[in-house]
Parts: sequence; structure tokens; C-alpha cells
Amino acid sequence: MAHYHTYILTCGGTGCRASHSPQIVAALQQAVDDAGLSDEVKVIRTGCFGFCEQGPIVKVVPDNTFYVSVKPEDASEIVREHIVMGRKVERLLYISPETGKHVPDSRHMEFYKPQMRIALRNCGFIDPENIEEYIARDGYAALGKVLRMKPEDVIREIMASGLRGRGGGGFPTGLKWKITREVQADCKYVVCNADEGDPGAFMDRSILEGDPHSIVEAMAINGYCTGASKGLVYIRAEYPLAVHRLQVAIAQAREYGMLGDDIMGTGFSFDIEIRYGAGAFVCGEETALIHSMEGRRGEPTVKPPYPSECGYKGAPTNVNNVETFANIPPIILRGAEWFASIGTEKSKGTKVFALAGKVNNVGLIEVPMGTTLREVIFDIGGGIKNGKRFKAVQTGGPSGGCLTEKHLDTPIDYDNLLASGSMMGSGGMIVMDEDDCMVSVAKFYLEFTVEESCGKCTPCRIGNRRLLEILERITAGHGTEDDLKELKNLAAVIKDTSLCALGQTAPNPVLSTMENFWDEYVAHVRDKSCPAHRCRDLMSYYIDPKICKGCSLCSRVCPANAISGVLKQPYSIDQTACIKCGTCMDKCKFGAIGVR
Amino acid sequence: MEKICMPPKRIEEIRAICREHGNDAGELINILHAVQNKLGYLPREVQELIAMELGIPVSKVYGVVTFYSFFTMTPKGKYPVSVCMGTACYVRGGEKVLEEFKRQLGIDVGGTTPDGLFSLDSLRCVGACGLAPVVMVGQKVFGRLAPADVKGIIDEFVALERGA
Amino acid sequence: METVKLTIDGRHVEVEKGMNLVEAAASIGVKIPTLCYMNLHGLGYGNGPGACRICVVEVEGRKTLAPACKTSCTEGMVVRTHTPRVVNARRTVMELILSNHPKDCLVCPKNGHCELQELACSLGIREVKYDGEVTSFPKDMSLSIVRDMDKCIMCRRCESACNELQTVGVLSAAGRGFHAVMGTPFGESLQDTGCVNCGQCVAVCPTGALSENSNMADVLRVLADPAKKVVVQTAPAVRAALGEEFGLGGQSVTGRMTAALRRLGFDYVFDTDFAADLTIMEEGTELLGRLKAYLDGDRSVKLPLMTSCCPGWVSFVEKNFPEAEDYLSTAKSPQQMFGAVAKSYFASKLGIDRCDLVVVSVMPCVAKKSEAARSEFSHDGDPDVNIVLTTRELAQLIRQFNIDFTSLPEENFDMPLGVSTGAGVIFGVTGGVIEAAVRTAYEVYTGRKLDRIDFTELRGTDGIRSATVDFNGVPINIGIAHTLGNARKLVKEVVAGTSPYHAIEVMACPGGCIGGGGQPYHRGDASLLAMRATALYGEDADKNLRKSHENPYVQQLYDEFLGEPCGHLAHELLHTSYYDRKPVVEECIYSIKNNG
Repeated sequence: MAHYHTYILTCGGTGCRASHSPQIVAALQQAVDDAGLSDEVKVIRTGCFGFCEQGPIVKVVPDNTFYVSVKPEDASEIVREHIVMGRKVERLLYISPETGKHVPDSRHMEFYKPQMRIALRNCGFIDPENIEEYIARDGYAALGKVLRMKPEDVIREIMASGLRGRGGGGFPTGLKWKITREVQADCKYVVCNADEGDPGAFMDRSILEGDPHSIVEAMAINGYCTGASKGLVYIRAEYPLAVHRLQVAIAQAREYGMLGDDIMGTGFSFDIEIRYGAGAFVCGEETALIHSMEGRRGEPTVKPPYPSECGYKGAPTNVNNVETFANIPPIILRGAEWFASIGTEKSKGTKVFALAGKVNNVGLIEVPMGTTLREVIFDIGGGIKNGKRFKAVQTGGPSGGCLTEKHLDTPIDYDNLLASGSMMGSGGMIVMDEDDCMVSVAKFYLEFTVEESCGKCTPCRIGNRRLLEILERITAGHGTEDDLKELKNLAAVIKDTSLCALGQTAPNPVLSTMENFWDEYVAHVRDKSCPAHRCRDLMSYYIDPKICKGCSLCSRVCPANAISGVLKQPYSIDQTACIKCGTCMDKCKFGAIGVR
Repeated sequence: MEKICMPPKRIEEIRAICREHGNDAGELINILHAVQNKLGYLPREVQELIAMELGIPVSKVYGVVTFYSFFTMTPKGKYPVSVCMGTACYVRGGEKVLEEFKRQLGIDVGGTTPDGLFSLDSLRCVGACGLAPVVMVGQKVFGRLAPADVKGIIDEFVALERGA
Repeated sequence: METVKLTIDGRHVEVEKGMNLVEAAASIGVKIPTLCYMNLHGLGYGNGPGACRICVVEVEGRKTLAPACKTSCTEGMVVRTHTPRVVNARRTVMELILSNHPKDCLVCPKNGHCELQELACSLGIREVKYDGEVTSFPKDMSLSIVRDMDKCIMCRRCESACNELQTVGVLSAAGRGFHAVMGTPFGESLQDTGCVNCGQCVAVCPTGALSENSNMADVLRVLADPAKKVVVQTAPAVRAALGEEFGLGGQSVTGRMTAALRRLGFDYVFDTDFAADLTIMEEGTELLGRLKAYLDGDRSVKLPLMTSCCPGWVSFVEKNFPEAEDYLSTAKSPQQMFGAVAKSYFASKLGIDRCDLVVVSVMPCVAKKSEAARSEFSHDGDPDVNIVLTTRELAQLIRQFNIDFTSLPEENFDMPLGVSTGAGVIFGVTGGVIEAAVRTAYEVYTGRKLDRIDFTELRGTDGIRSATVDFNGVPINIGIAHTLGNARKLVKEVVAGTSPYHAIEVMACPGGCIGGGGQPYHRGDASLLAMRATALYGEDADKNLRKSHENPYVQQLYDEFLGEPCGHLAHELLHTSYYDRKPVVEECIYSIKNNG
């Protein structure tokens, strides 16, 4: 048996894989083998480290060296210099934007310092396809403990922890379990909702890719507590890697007796099957999800009855999302009191956010509830890209809203976000800067919900479509002040009358941007101008002849051949041919191209 | 009455997939996934056969196929282009990249070029937000794109095709 | 009965626990408007997806408005049905529906009977504030049904009718979101699908999206043609419902109907009931023949005998259970028997060529339009029944001819094809055909007079009923089903060889022909169907002759023309055969295999 003194961890999440992390792993292994160190140094492909902006990530433990933007050809140097010679490869180290210096130890990075990892505890530490690494980090210990407890006591513990559903609504998890447990039925189901559909949210995927056993374990615990012997994971077909790792985890868990009949000799039996989504955002809604699992159109039905009473195939069904489940084993092992000590009064524990958009450090982060938006965006996120000014942050995806400067110091929890006109949602957090037009942002989200509406109820099917059409008129410069009035009324009625949460929350991006950026709406309607110069019909590019050097670069990169001129003399843009792609402005070395 | 005509081998393939799922109508979506994986798309006669095997009206199969955006009744291009329109990609200019693909390929979202080489789709978040805006061609991921990069990507695959 | 107390619009109500708010409100005279909701209590039809959101009300303690049709009454509930918030929401939802609905009401087939039109009227909608994309779909027309999905409001009533009530499974939601539509598979024409033309989709459609294929113009043309003798036959169920169109609901209007038909210009006004008596002679003889053979030990005889009067049912067997075709009685339906006799016997009595005699029938049914067009019911290209009108179309013709229906005198049918017994009358209601058959078969088989003519054990509204009639020591087991969903259960037993019956009566529509797809719209009022049944049983009870074999003109027809029931000529004119119309995958596969 080998005794490893050093581990080289490489991120195997979807983002880093797209940047050749599998080749990096192979090259590292090759270099280790070549150096004859395969008994001392272990190369591991892990789940997501979270710091996607700087991927692919390679981390060396125990000294926590954090290499960023690594390429396959860097592998031999890392092994030669760092492992063999004991010299860190300076050029690959993360540079702190604050100090401008290399940060050799990841624990000192601003990105990680304020974070607290409960749900993501194993992501980036273990090989997700190796159950033994999970077990080595207390994996399946919670299940073992639970199986010696009374189900009622376990549920009481979950209730005491204050854990609330991480999928959007924030329903108390323990209470849900209790309700499912108390319904009398011969057959019950546990469902893991992994139909993460928010555009810009990928925490569930990262957990499934980085720590799939935590979900398997938590589902078994849930089965024991509610009296279900069958678990189903409903997962997006767009997540092939997560599917694969989950399949591996389920197979290994069966092999190790953590799933199947008579688990750990306790007489409790539980097994898990996978069901695939097929590209319908609405299936994140639990009744729609259940219909989809039954092989039907994913149309929501009116609640009550709730799935806890009448769910999959008419049986009581406990539906929790991935992140919620990921919190269960630590709560069992460390106790409700510990969990409840983290967070705010009504929102306990931590929350994972997918931080993206115009922020320096795009990535997946986990912070205690009650952390402020400022800490998340400016400390962890490293502030706004390219030194631009912060304008808004969108939370809660298509169901959420845009928060502004004035909300930056609000502690993030379920209730505060709701009170500010947004919501927790699944945890997407998209940062926007001064170049973003908030009317367009509202339109973007509405386009999404209109496309994803199942079409069952009138307000969502037709109402959201009409809402979008009004926004399209406004961004095209045809809006009227009546349109603004109608936007408000229509949005309110859709919220009030839609059948499911998708429809009820669809107008939120519109309402919150109207609330916070009213002037911007008015500018579009009254002045026919887009203050952020984002709405194509309301803006144009121009070349400042005083600055233009006549280098012809813009003319060459213009995909529409709309720029012409004579070398060394100012060029000009043919507005009728311009497709307003902005390539010329991006490429101009002299800042001669502007937008108005 | 409509006759369902397919090569016997294909019929057997589809029947085998249905059998593997216990001919259970509850497994319809998993079955459609498996069949589409094999054939690339779900044409009419395939849906009729599946309906028959599962003992459900074909209208139910059609209703499901047309509900989920993952399922398609027309074959995709040899090089399917998927432009991520997740929020992170959107705020970093994914829309402009998509527009440029439309322009260069001369097709709309959901379309396939007449030579069958490229099809164009938008998708929601592949989760590579750090690389935004992101485009996938087949399994290959292109990140941090600008509209000016689009032509190069297309040319790469056209060249690949010429070489092949 | 467990009850709950609640408050609706400030008034206290006590209702059965679990009752929905629409019905609870109705019990105190509060009519909450509905659109998608429909419930034919006791007849197996219910639709309530909670999709249209017209019936929303305020329920204290709920954040959003509640759909009254999907909200169960609970103890202490406080409900308000017309607050400004509710009314604004309801009107906005209505405007949204109208914003995606054609405005050609004046020339719509549903004009005057449209629930959407009435609702817009009662909500006082004067303008539609929203404009934008309008969905458009190709129109489709079968011989029976016209589909104009531009007018579909996605209430899903037709889907419930086609799938749950009838288990035909042709109409289903397709697509998603704004472009979702109730469609046929692959958008093909109804006549190329498994549609059996029962018309229950038409019967429940609240708008002009589904209507009968109208043949009024054809009738007007032949009535104006001096070269044609035009006879009309009226089905039993027509007289029980026609009055509803003229404010004479709940009664049989046979006399007035006859008078109206004469004023429309028909040369002879006859009664399909005559042919119903004829059907009993043929079908009853066939049943006795099969029974006798069976009792004599012939096990190859096809029992139970299944009735064949209902073209929706016949088509259902052909398209779904061709293996059960031999169990169907070979007797034609009364409509077709009438046509065959009129074009032979009666035409020769008049001394004219059959082509100069036009047979029009008035039916409660849209499937009869397709039945009349079947090629086997034509003679050298001349159909036995030329034109089929529905009850609704007849009412329209009467109005068009400026006839004040209520002031018409009661007139009698013409001779000889206008005379019928009570047995013929009850053909229009579920159980009626088999009761009529039993009245005759009993007397023929036993040679004894019935003491009791009313076989009340065969009546009722349960979807599947059974009774045993003692034929002089021989127990005859009878099964009755109405709606094709129930019929499916019985025919499955027949196919499986486990059917306990000797005879089975099936009518495709709820309640039998009285609930046919061509009848005045019942609007979900099941009591209307009950009144129609009562009217028919009443007319039967008032008749002097109540057994088909006692019909003197039927006897005369056999004496003068046909010879014996089921004899040679009877067979040629009054019997038919069936076709396998099930999709033929198997054959096709074999043919491919054989070829390759």
C-alpha cells in the first residue's frame, strides 16, 4: 500500500474540462510516473474548486499551493520544480489583484477566505468517482448514525437545524420530511431535484460532479426518515458528467452495501434510480418534475395536493434539491445546534452561489447566510471587471430580481432578498455593470420564461408573452407611457393568478428593475434613448475623426463591411450597414470608436 | 391507415430499447433519450412505433416530444453549434455571438444549413460561466468569444470537412 | 356527510367537505365564472386543470388569488369573489385570452353559443389593451368535425373528453408555451388519426375551435330542387333536446319538430324510430340465433353480441379492437336501415328512381355524418342517406326559415315510415337499445307475453351496468356501457374471452345519444341529460305499442317486401360488415422483412 505524502488535485468540473483539464491530469500522472514518484505522489481529478474564472486549477496539498490557468504543457514543470525540487512555479501562482503579489497558499486568497464550505465540503478535495475517498472524509458515517436512531428523532434534528429548501422556495426541510413521514402509505418515494435550470446557476451540477456520494447518502437518510425505499434523481440530460459520476456513485454505494437491501445490517432497504430531464425549465417545479418522471409533459398541477401527500405515481413523495441534500450529512454528524449557529435568525447555515457576470472572480462560492452582497461581490468576487462601476446584481434567476447599490450591505437571507424584491432562488448571482441596460436585462429574463412556459395557464402563456412584447416595444424605441402603466398592471396580475411558481415569479425581473431603475425605463420611452447604449435600435457606433489614426483595423474586423476609409485618414461607419456588434470598438487600439 | 415503414434492424433496435425499459409508459422520456441517442432524432414513424410498443396513444408521445426542447424531430447538422445564452454569457455578449453565427451560417436558431453541416441552437448555461461567452460545436467548447471569432470557428470545421 | 363551514362574500355556508369553491358558491347563488372547468356529475366527465384562471377568488391568508374550481372548502375559510383585485385580475386574464383569439364572432360557428363570448359580455370587456403575436394553425376538417385551433383557449376540455372519457387519445396538448395547442399527432387531419368522430370534443368545446362539419347548405339546396323528393328521418334523441334551443327544455317536442320539418319543405317527415324497430327485429333475431346455437352446444358462436347502432363505437372497435369485430351485430344502424329501406321499398312505392329520392337525417350525433359516407352504405355511388344534420343544425334551419317553433301545432309523422313503438323511442338513451331488444327477444324466444315492459334494471347512468334477464329459465346476462372509456373495459373482456355477458350494448356518448356530439350544448349541466332521458322514457310510456315486433308497419314491410328477419333480402339491405382499421405496423414490418 502506497503512502502518499503529496496530492496533486486537478479540477475536473465541466468548466475546467472544457479547458483541457483531463489532459492536464494525464500529463501530471505521466510526469509523476516518469519521476518514479507514483507511490508517494497521488494525482487526483476532483470536482469543482469553485474558482472557475482562473481555471483550470491545479492544487498541491498539503502546502495548498494554488496554480491557476494551467495548461497540459505546464504539468511536467509543476512536477519537476514543485514536487521534485520543492520550488513553487511562480508564474502559475494566483496573483492577488489587491496586492499584485503571488498568493502561494489558497487559504490566503480573498476568494476563499470569507467562504464556509458545508455543501461543497468535498468538492475539490476528493476524487468523486472513488467512494473510499468519500468514506475517508466521514462519508456514510451520517447514514450509519441515523440508522441507529429513531426516524422521528432524525427529523427533529433536521427541524432544529433550521435548514430550509435550497431550491428556491425556502420551505423548512425538516417539516417537509415530517409531513411525508406522517402520510400513511405502503409506498413512498424520495426525489432529488437536480433539474437545475436557472441560466447562470451551476451549484447542483458542481455538487453532483464533485461529491455525488453526499447526495446518495442524504437520500438514503431521507428514505429512512420518511419510510421510502425508493429514491429517484431527476437530472438534466445536459449534465452528462454529473450523470456519469452519479451513476458511478450509485454503483459503488451498492457494492459497498450503502444502497440495496438490508443496509449495514439494519433491515433498512433503499435504492436509487436516475430519471432524465429533457430540457424544460418548468420541470424544476416539483409537480411538473413528477409528471415528467412519469413520462408525461412536464406541466405543473395545482397544489394542494402537495407531493408529500400525493406525488410520484400517486404516492407520498419527498422532493428536495441537490444542495439541500448535501447539507444533511454534516447536520447529522455535527448536530443541529452547530448548523443553527451559522446564518441569520430565520435562514440557517450556508448558501452556495454561482457568482458570474461582470465580476473579476467568476465561480462557485459558499458563504454563511447573512453575508452581505458587498462581501460576496467585492471581497470574494474581487469587484467589477475592467474597473467598471457596479450597477446591479441579479439573484434568483428568472424568478428573482435585480438589486442595486443600496442593497449591497443587506445581509443575504431568504427573507431579506424577498423583502428587497428578489429571491434566493437556486443561487444564481449575476453581476452587472454600467454597460448593462436594465430594461434589456428584464427582457432577457422574460424571453427565458416565455420560452420555458409550459403553456398551461393563461396568465403565463399569454400574459408573459404580452409582457415581453411590451418590453420589446420599449427597447425598440416604440414604447409609450401607457406601456409602462400596463407593464405594472399586467405584471401584478400574472403574479397573482398564475398556476405555478414559474408564472408567479416570472414578472419579478420586470417589477424589480422598474422599481430600482425607473429612470432607465422612462429614458427608453420618453427620450427614446438607452442610457447604457445597449439597445441596438436606440444606439449607434461612431468614429471620432480626431482620435482615429486611420489604421484600418476596424474596417478589417467589421463582419458587416460597414466601415470604410482611406489609410491614415479617419474612417467612418455606414450606419445603414452596421449590425451594431461592437467588434470595431473592442478592437480599436486608440479608443476612437464610441457609442451614442 | 398509416403504415410504419422502417428497416427491420431499426425496428428491432427501438423495440429492444422499449423492452429494456419494461415497455413501461412511465419510462417514456428515458426511452426517447435512448432512441434519440441512437438515431440522432425522433422522426414520426419512430414515435408511432414507440407508442405502439408502450400501448399508449401516439398523441401522448408526440405531446412529450414537442414539450421538451431536448427532443428533435429533424436531424441536426453534422456539427451542431450551441451558443450558450445563460445569463453569465448573455451579460458578456453571448447574444452578439449568436447573431453573428446566424449571419454567417444564414440560418435561424433551430435551423440546419442546406449542406447539412451545421445546425444552430441556443442553450441555457453549460455551467462554464468562467469562460463566458461560450459556444459548443459538438463536444468542443469555445470560450471567451467575440463576434469576430465566429468566422474562424466555422472555417475550422469547414476545413475539417474538406480534409475528410 | 362531513361538512365544513365557510364564508363566501360575507355569507356563511355549510357544505360537504372537499367540495370546490365554484360549487359551494353556486349553492348560495353566487355564480363564479368559469371557463376550463366542467363537470358532468355522475357521467364520468370532469375537466378542471385550473388552467384558465378566470375563476380566481380571494381567499384570506393566501398570498395569491385562488382558482375556485381547484380550491377545496376548508373550515373557517373566508372567500371573496368580486373584490377590485379579483375583478381586475379576471378582466385582465379575459383580455389576455381575447388578445390571442380571432375577433370574427359574427361569422363563427359558435356565434350565440360561445362561452367565451358570453363571459366577455358579462365581464363587460369593451377593449383589449394587449396586442401582439397571434397564434395561427391550419384549419382541419373531417366529415364530422371542423377544427379551428386559432380559437382554442387551451381549456383542455376536449383533451379530457378524448382521453379520459373516451380513451380515444387523439387530441392532446402539443408544443409548449405560447405556441402550445390542442393538436392531433404530427398535426395530421383528424380523419387520418384514430378519431372515431364521437364528437364529445365538440360537445364540450367552449369556443368555436371545435364544431360540427355543417351540412345545412346541402339541405337547402335539395329542398329547393323540384326534381327531388326529399324525405327526412329524425333520431329519437333529437326530439328530447331540440326544445332546449327554443326555450322548451325538459320535454319531448316530437309534434312540433314534425310540424317544423314540414314547414322547412320536406316532402315526407319520417321517424328513425321506425328503423329502430326494424333494427330490433334484425338484431334481436341475430341475438336469438347466436344464443340458440350456443345453447345447442356450438362454442364457435360469437357471444356476447355487441350492438352496432352507434357509429362512434363501431369505429372504435374497427380502429382499436378489430379482433372483436365478429362480436358486433351485423345489423346496420337505424339511420342506415332507414336509408336502405327508403331508397328501395319507399322509392319503389313512389315509383321513382332511388337517385331522385333524397334522404336527410337529423341526428344527435356528428359520427352519423361519417357513417352515412361509408362506401358500403352507397348503391352505385348513391348513398342510402344523403345528408346528415345535427340537432343543432336543425334548430338553426328552423330559425333561418322564420319559424316560430313554440307556436307550432303538434303534427304526426307521415306513413308508413313514421310509425314506431316505444321501443324505438328509447334507442336514444343508454340501455334503451338493449331494453328494446329484450322486450322483443323475450316474447319471441319464450312465446309468452311480457308481464312487465319496463326493464328498469337496464336503466340508469352508471358507466357500466349489468343485469340478468330470465328467459324462461335461461338467464341472459346483459352488459351496458356508455362512453367509450367504459366500453373499452367491456370489449377488453370480450377479447380476453372473459366476458360474462350474452349481449352488450354500447353507446359512445355520456348518457347515450341524448348526450351526443350534435345535441344542443349541455354546458356541463348533467341534469339536462337526465331530463332528456326522462323525456324519452315518458314518450315510451305514453305509447300504445311498446315492442318493436308489434309495429304494424314493420310487420307490413316484412310481409310486402323483406320476407323474414335476417332473411335473404333483409341481409342484403339491413346488414353490413366491418373492417380492420387498426394501424398496421406488424404487417408492414413483415413485408419489409419478407422483402429484405
